[in-house]
Amino acid sequence: MAERVRVRAMMPPGHVRAPVYLRGKEGVIERPLGAFHNPEQLAYGLSAEKKPLYRVRFRMAELWGETAENPNDTLDAEIYEHWLERL
Amino acid sequence: MPHDHPDHAHDHDHGLSPSGHPYRADNDEPLTYWQRMEIAVRELLIEKARVSPAEITAQIEVMDARSPANGAAVVARAWSDPAFKTRLLADAGAASREMGFDIGPLNLIAVENTDSVHNLIVCTLCSCYPRNLLGLPPDWYKTREYRSRAVREPRAVLREFGVDLPESTRIRVHDSTADMRYIVLPARPAGTDKMTEAELADLVTRDAMIGTGLARTP
Amino acid sequence: MASTIHPMSDTDGRRWHDMGGQDAGPVPMEGHDFALWEKRVDALMVLCGSKGLFTVDGLRRALEDMGEDAFEKHSYYERWIAAVNQNLIEAGIYTLEELGTRMEEIAARGPTYGEAQNG
Repeated sequence: MAERVRVRAMMPPGHVRAPVYLRGKEGVIERPLGAFHNPEQLAYGLSAEKKPLYRVRFRMAELWGETAENPNDTLDAEIYEHWLERL
Repeated sequence: MPHDHPDHAHDHDHGLSPSGHPYRADNDEPLTYWQRMEIAVRELLIEKARVSPAEITAQIEVMDARSPANGAAVVARAWSDPAFKTRLLADAGAASREMGFDIGPLNLIAVENTDSVHNLIVCTLCSCYPRNLLGLPPDWYKTREYRSRAVREPRAVLREFGVDLPESTRIRVHDSTADMRYIVLPARPAGTDKMTEAELADLVTRDAMIGTGLARTP
Repeated sequence: MASTIHPMSDTDGRRWHDMGGQDAGPVPMEGHDFALWEKRVDALMVLCGSKGLFTVDGLRRALEDMGEDAFEKHSYYERWIAAVNQNLIEAGIYTLEELGTRMEEIAARGPTYGEAQNG
């Protein structure tokens, strides 16, 4: 069962592992990957809580619109739960 | 960094270093600021007992021993042993360790190429790479060009690597954005039914495991 | 939660290292073998990380904060030793005075890496 999500479109400065080209884009959760220490805290030498991480699959048409080479090709990326909105 | 010293070779003797060993060619260039920083950081860490010279030597040897041949052996085993392939696709890190490869804490996912699916690995944010299995990445993997374009025009990028896939092949690009690393399990080439595992491993290139290449055909 | 920003017009915050989807030319295929000093930088990075002196994300943060100019002008391991040093300074492993003094001493040892390396 593919759960649909959208990557949050916020743009805070600093060390973030959600690429800008995916922000605001909709995809489906391909698989949960477990929980990992939050890189946004690790980067600054802070003690970091564990955050659930998901592999999210996007269609190229969603990412690039008409300019996609092939709309049905896909892109997978690992996105932390706090960067995802459930649809 | 530019090295604009056409006649540096005449500046000093090309014999043996003070410790009596020949200089490596790459140790013979004028000392840079960054090399001085490396030496200073290394010496300070050793003096403060944070690392030992033996640990540094051992770590370099460990890294030098990691190469695409390790990944090729894993791929060849998966081609030869269906049960191993199942385990590889379920947990590529565990399957690699099972073969005796010391991959440290690497979280590895294997993605399988088939007649209808082709996988491609990239890291757009930095240059994450399954280095604990395959060794250090090729220079092109770390370039702006590859990092920028692999996610938007993977087919055009693949053509630059000599891989021209039909539109009917579904391309799956994997951006290593967080804690996972990826290795492509290439499709086994036709005409290899009678080959041994060692022979099969010779067909598996580094690029085939990144997805910018295909396994060689015998 | 409702957002007050306009997602598609708010790309000013994109940082230089976040390259996915940007225009760029053909992939340069040339490569090089790693020099001893580069392998040492790599080893220090791995060892200090495994001993908990810094995290990979701390290194990435330092690399990102160096800016695009550093990416264009300096080689991979030049940037990495700078990031390792930045994190070790922040962790209090040694001081800038110790580093600067040592780098001066190293310059006096000889004109090449082979003579100055203390390996």
